Amino acid sequence: MAIPISYNIRNLKLRKGLTIMTALGIALTVTTAIFLMALLAGLQRAFVSSGNPNNVLVLRKGSEAELSGGFDASLFPTLTTLPGIAKDSHGQPMASGELVVVIILPRKDGTGEVNVTVRGMMPDGLEMRPSAKLVEGRWFQTGQREVVVSKSIRDRFSHANIGDTMEFGKGSWKVVGVFDAGGSAYESEVWGDVNQMASDFDRQGGYSSAYVRATDPVAAEALTNRVSDDQRLKLEGVLETAYYAKQTSSGAPIKYIGIVVAIIMAIGSSFAAMNTMYAAVAYRGREIATLRVIGFSRPAILTSFVLESLLLALLGAAAGILLMLPFNGMETGTSNAVTFSEVVFALRITPEVAGAAIVFALIMGLVGGFAPAWHAARQNILNALRG
Amino acid sequence: MTLSGFIVRNTFRNKRRSVLTLISISFSLLLLTLMISIWRSFYVDQVAPEAARRLIIRDRVSLAFFLPAYYRDKIRSIPGVVAVAPITWFGGRYIDDRPAHFFAQLATDPDEYLKVASDKIVPPDQLKAWQQDRAGALVDVTLANKYGWKIGDRITLQGTIFEVNPELTIRAIYHRDPPQNALYFNTKYLEEAVPWFKGQAGWYSVQIGSSGDVARVSGEIDDMFRNSPLQTKTESEKAFQLGFVASLGNVKAFILGICGAVVFTIMLVSANTMAMSVRSRTREVAVLKTIGFTRQRVLSIFVSESVALAVAGGVLGILVAIPVIWWLTRSFIALGVPLAMKVNWQTAGLSLLVALTLGLVSGYLPAFNASRMNIVEGLRHIG
Repeated sequence: MAIPISYNIRNLKLRKGLTIMTALGIALTVTTAIFLMALLAGLQRAFVSSGNPNNVLVLRKGSEAELSGGFDASLFPTLTTLPGIAKDSHGQPMASGELVVVIILPRKDGTGEVNVTVRGMMPDGLEMRPSAKLVEGRWFQTGQREVVVSKSIRDRFSHANIGDTMEFGKGSWKVVGVFDAGGSAYESEVWGDVNQMASDFDRQGGYSSAYVRATDPVAAEALTNRVSDDQRLKLEGVLETAYYAKQTSSGAPIKYIGIVVAIIMAIGSSFAAMNTMYAAVAYRGREIATLRVIGFSRPAILTSFVLESLLLALLGAAAGILLMLPFNGMETGTSNAVTFSEVVFALRITPEVAGAAIVFALIMGLVGGFAPAWHAARQNILNALRG
Repeated sequence: MTLSGFIVRNTFRNKRRSVLTLISISFSLLLLTLMISIWRSFYVDQVAPEAARRLIIRDRVSLAFFLPAYYRDKIRSIPGVVAVAPITWFGGRYIDDRPAHFFAQLATDPDEYLKVASDKIVPPDQLKAWQQDRAGALVDVTLANKYGWKIGDRITLQGTIFEVNPELTIRAIYHRDPPQNALYFNTKYLEEAVPWFKGQAGWYSVQIGSSGDVARVSGEIDDMFRNSPLQTKTESEKAFQLGFVASLGNVKAFILGICGAVVFTIMLVSANTMAMSVRSRTREVAVLKTIGFTRQRVLSIFVSESVALAVAGGVLGILVAIPVIWWLTRSFIALGVPLAMKVNWQTAGLSLLVALTLGLVSGYLPAFNASRMNIVEGLRHIG
């Protein structure tokens, strides 16, 4: 027969100070782990939500990124004649030749300069990215030195409000609108007209990349192959979703450092929990012996103490999650490993992150609780009763 | 028995508890030492004198843009400049694109490269062989060991930024402390294979003759190219490397945050242990007081115990930190940040000081409670 769990809860309550301190120790470790996981979750979301499953990104063969790509503009008309491309609102093939460059902008808070991606696009480029919604002002106009910036660019950099002028390329650009890209990688970009940009960056007659849109995800797959196989083009098509999913590798340094830190802290906390549980066992020697005498089996005692340790860890996990919740949605930036420019993303404490944190805490509780529980179950009844 | 002997005996009376506390504290201190070392190597440590005389010149906007080749001679013409070498990030793949197989691959000019990288030691005959073979490669000794490369071995890299798969022969192996896990090959090979790259370089590494000239030369270079189509940004080699670190995010806040969590954890663990220790010795404290120990004495005994435990944990943590940091400096390189980290006396001292202070603070409350205990009740206490 199992020992009721209320017994454990009462015991944890009885020694409040000890319980709170141990749980807090676990909570701090959990906090660190949550912070790192939330960073990675935010980063992942930024990249995963960027791609549209209908869009095909076209790059020079062998090139892995828009920034390192580049092909002759004369290929673009041929590209748009490929079958399977959806029609835009004017009845033309929906395609956009684009130019991607990186510029330096000073941070608003004066903590230095950051690389920001600037994207020149054709009018279809906006139509192909319905996830980007205009929140203020209007979109840029073809043939004008105008740009639209993402919300987070506006918030993080100076001279990025509507009506301001930004200095890059060969002159100044007027900010005419602000868009919300819903936490995607576009959230870190500045958009303008491709031809205006090309002349500013001496890239006339060439595009960094092109986007074509298929009617549905299955057609997109076929279109990808059609682009790659076309001998005239020497270009390569990738699904936009696949392209961005690959960039999540930008989080690798954070991940490695995070794992090292979390493991070291977890070991420290496990030993602290073990200490607490050993103390709990030592204080209750006579009590445990009594339980045995009245018929509770060794496995029941073992389970009961492991459960108590898990409860303690759960308490810690809950405290840790509560402590971190205010940071949910906090924006931060890291360098994109592919474009060398900054990706802005928000910390995201998703249910998965919270779940992982709880599992992490439970592992600490299990590691810390098993040896003391084993000890408790193996105690000699007579000696313990004499205490 | 002396008082110190008494304290030592008591500290290790409950061996299991002491050992568990010790391990717990030592892991926290290990992390703290690690963080302090990283902080030091980023923001405090001075680089070696010849490294301090090395500048990196890159495009003002982004490393993704190349600089024209003619910049090299213009830079060389500035008085004080001893050597200029072009360096280009090749960024290819070896075997596959798993992070484990990532290492830096750079194209440079073998004739001048070692003049701007005097910290790399290459046997003269190997250097000559590398300079004579246009498809030769110079590799770090740890990298060579990792893949079992020997002089004369042929390897193939797969280009990602450049549409070429260089087939290289290992001609020279260099030693550097700490190792750097990089491969260098001739930029001419790249220029011939990739027509659009001809006449360009990723960045220039410049060696300055005397340290007094560094600031002047640095300013002169940027001034010289101010009105050129591609403006430059000249910075010290260390600032250049720190730029990569800074791009990861707010590193300072990150390190401080972890340090804060660690310090707080140690405090909790150590206070917890002392509370348990005091509690189990309630009757004993009463006896001590009965035989004439003053309140201060009892207080100091318990505080000393807490400090002894924390400091012992600190020493253990620092001892473990030494090999861990040694290992990290060799694996962090994979992130492109060549860190020269070591646990030195200052770092160790600082960690110990933190441990000592925390032992003092966390032991005080339980010790204070013990010292204020009512003798009669304490004697009656059933442990």
